[in-house]
Amino acid sequence: MTAKISYDDVEVGMELPAQTFPVSRATLVQYAGASGDFNPIHWNEKFAKEVGLPDVIAHGMFTMAEAIRVVTDWAGDPGAVAEYGVRFTKPVVVPNDETGALIEVSAKVAAKLDDDDRTVRVDLTAMSAGQKVLGMSRAVVRLA
Amino acid sequence: MALDQSFVGRTYPPTDPYEVGREKIREFAEAIGDPNPAYTDTEAAKALGHSDVIAPPTFVFAITFKAAGQVIEDPQLGLDYSRVVHGDQKFAYTRPVRSGDRLSVTSTIEAIRTMAGNDIIDIRGEVHDEAGEHVVTAFTKLVARAAKEA
Repeated sequence: MTAKISYDDVEVGMELPAQTFPVSRATLVQYAGASGDFNPIHWNEKFAKEVGLPDVIAHGMFTMAEAIRVVTDWAGDPGAVAEYGVRFTKPVVVPNDETGALIEVSAKVAAKLDDDDRTVRVDLTAMSAGQKVLGMSRAVVRLA
Repeated sequence: MALDQSFVGRTYPPTDPYEVGREKIREFAEAIGDPNPAYTDTEAAKALGHSDVIAPPTFVFAITFKAAGQVIEDPQLGLDYSRVVHGDQKFAYTRPVRSGDRLSVTSTIEAIRTMAGNDIIDIRGEVHDEAGEHVVTAFTKLVARAAKEA
């Protein structure tokens, strides 16, 4: 496993390049197929509203998968991720139009954990429509 | 009705192995729009020190969540799945999942709590490869929302 970023070059507070990920109804159908999660709240507007949701919402696991791309793109090697956890605080609401929704992800190095293991903790922030959609979103990454 | 606390600590039998295919990894990477070559190009994955293409970090959830179905659908536990939402998810990796892995999941109920009428259940899924080596542990918190009075 070969991260592109060296532990020695990283400082606490350093920001990773932020990214914005679009999500449309078509994205959710594709993700449902790839992940095997066919819960209708992710593609059936009538069903979603009947169970009290504002509209179709993205799979939490989809949002989680997008958010970590900020870390894997930065580290270079996705295998450098040693731990990754999130809390699903708010849903990403996906309207039935061409734009869909946006998931905006920023991240920063919160701590250097272990000089021998060369691990850092990265704290992530994921927003959609002005609301924080993931809480306690953290990754531990093993750097070069 | 609160869930039975005696289920805490219960471990379910390991699942039959799930064989990770390179096209399934590609399909997943495409679905999340991630062009990282480590997911599709064997040479690129090898350049990073992997023996074959690897899966994105959250790919394994499809396998651990299916395994957690043993718990969720255990009639003795009596969880109302129609009210279940995903609360938290965490993964702790020993190594990334890669193409060709045959993965088995052992699910354990770690905790059961009731808060404001909601049932909260923590399930730990230990994922091992065919050689018995640990690959990843998935920690899944599910919340069964309280039934509203009719």
